[in-house]
Amino acid sequence: MEAVININVTDLLGNKHQIKAPTDMGLNLMEAIRANDLQIKATCGGMAMCATCHVVVINSHLLPAMSEDEEAMLDDAFLLNIPHSRLSCQLMLTPEMDGMEVKLGEGTGE
Amino acid sequence: MIETDILVIGAGPCGLFTVFEAGLVKLRCHLIDALPQPGGQLAEIYPKKPIYDIPGFPMIMAGELVSNLMKQAEPFNPGFTLGERAEHIEKMEDGRWKVTTNRGTVHAAPVIAIAAGLGSFEPRKPEIPNLLNFEDKGVEYIIKDPEKFRDKNVVISGGGDSALDWTIFLADVAKRVTLVHRRSSFRGHLDSVHKVTELAATGKINIVTNSEVTGLNGSDNLESVTITNFDTEDITNLEADYFIPLFGLSPKLGPLKNWDLNLHKESITVNPIDCSTNIPGIYAVGDINDYPGKLRLILCGFHEATMMVQSAYKYINPDKNLVLKYTTVSGVKAF
Ligand SMILES: Cc1cc2nc3c(=O)[nH]c(=O)nc-3n(C[C@H](O)[C@H](O)[C@H](O)COP(=O)(O)OP(=O)(O)OC[C@H]3O[C@@H](n4cnc5c(N)ncnc54)[C@H](O)[C@@H]3O)c2cc1C
Ligand code: FES
Repeated sequence: MEAVININVTDLLGNKHQIKAPTDMGLNLMEAIRANDLQIKATCGGMAMCATCHVVVINSHLLPAMSEDEEAMLDDAFLLNIPHSRLSCQLMLTPEMDGMEVKLGEGTGE
Repeated sequence: MIETDILVIGAGPCGLFTVFEAGLVKLRCHLIDALPQPGGQLAEIYPKKPIYDIPGFPMIMAGELVSNLMKQAEPFNPGFTLGERAEHIEKMEDGRWKVTTNRGTVHAAPVIAIAAGLGSFEPRKPEIPNLLNFEDKGVEYIIKDPEKFRDKNVVISGGGDSALDWTIFLADVAKRVTLVHRRSSFRGHLDSVHKVTELAATGKINIVTNSEVTGLNGSDNLESVTITNFDTEDITNLEADYFIPLFGLSPKLGPLKNWDLNLHKESITVNPIDCSTNIPGIYAVGDINDYPGKLRLILCGFHEATMMVQSAYKYINPDKNLVLKYTTVSGVKAF
């Protein structure tokens, strides 16, 4: 089975990008976005400590539940009240995410 | 006016190591940082995380690396302007640079080394309507001098390590400390969570959970805060001389954008030979700079600082030749 999935990413200017990402390399969504040269700040490098990898998940997808750390970080950054908010660094890529659509949060840019 | 040889903007690891390298060639440094403590990202974001790629240290905690860098710089007696943001730059008649902070502190030096990392750490501010009106009049985002809070009524907001640590620290200083948290449980080090719970049990502090500070009241200075409970929707007023929201800090490039430096995205373009920028006398090292093949790693920043200081020396002393000496030969001559 091909372990490559497609993800649609809308950047801060509203432009849509379709990115391809492997699911068998231990990558998370933040890393996949970054690997495709899209601007994503991700200051803490994926430790759920900065919230500058914030995305809003647009279409419904079966995603793993938030860890307490992820939820608390989103809360600290006042993002929890934006529906369908996630930290992209906490979403490990899986085949189920094929076709997922996300929008980059304000904090991912400058 | 504070005068020095190299004015370092940013007291992260690369700024601190600049002090050491400059000291070896007898140049003095003064550092400016928006944070109240040195260490940059290591101190603010991950002091208790291990780092594995510092040469010679199979593993070192970020906080410990900062302490070591401070110790290494100590013989060269660096000056610090902490809790202030370098804002404005100007060329003086004698050719030196004049840098003024957001608090009006003035510095002068022939050379500026920008070691600003990802930018100046700025506080995340909660959405409270008149928050800005009370800044410096009771609202504080960083704690520079804990004595300020002696025998005062203090309300702290937040649920992470800094909120917990300061609650514990101020419990012995302030008249009363109230910790307001939007959730029911605290994240942060287990030790700190225990300590805070203990302090609350003995009545030394108050903890208010599932609640948020939603209003600030006072005629000129802060006099009380309004606290709303999410579950019961109860609203209470609590006497407060100080309100300290601690929701973490995030870096913003900010004023450096207007310094006429060549930028690439959020970074300052430099010549990798010596980290010089497009403006003579201004250098940039560490995470803030950009050149082909740039890696944002501490070890690379150390190398950059070393190269940069050699070039800065020649810029300051065009007639002198610098001979590289091993520290094993020359030792560290304090000044
Ligand atoms: C969670 C995490 C883990 C990491 N792990 C590693 C690792 O294992 N190994 C590794 O090599 N690197 C690691 N890094 C990266 C490393 O921390 C950075 O490369 C390093 O901090 C860069 O140092 P610096 O001195 O250039 O800048 P910083 O550490 O960012 O310090 C810059 C300082 O400048 C200040 N500043 C900026 N502008 C102004 C201004 N205008 N006025 C006043 N002050 C200003 C800021 O407040 C800040 O304190 C990690 C980073 C994070 C966040
Ligand atoms: S990269 Fe910092 S929280 Fe995701």
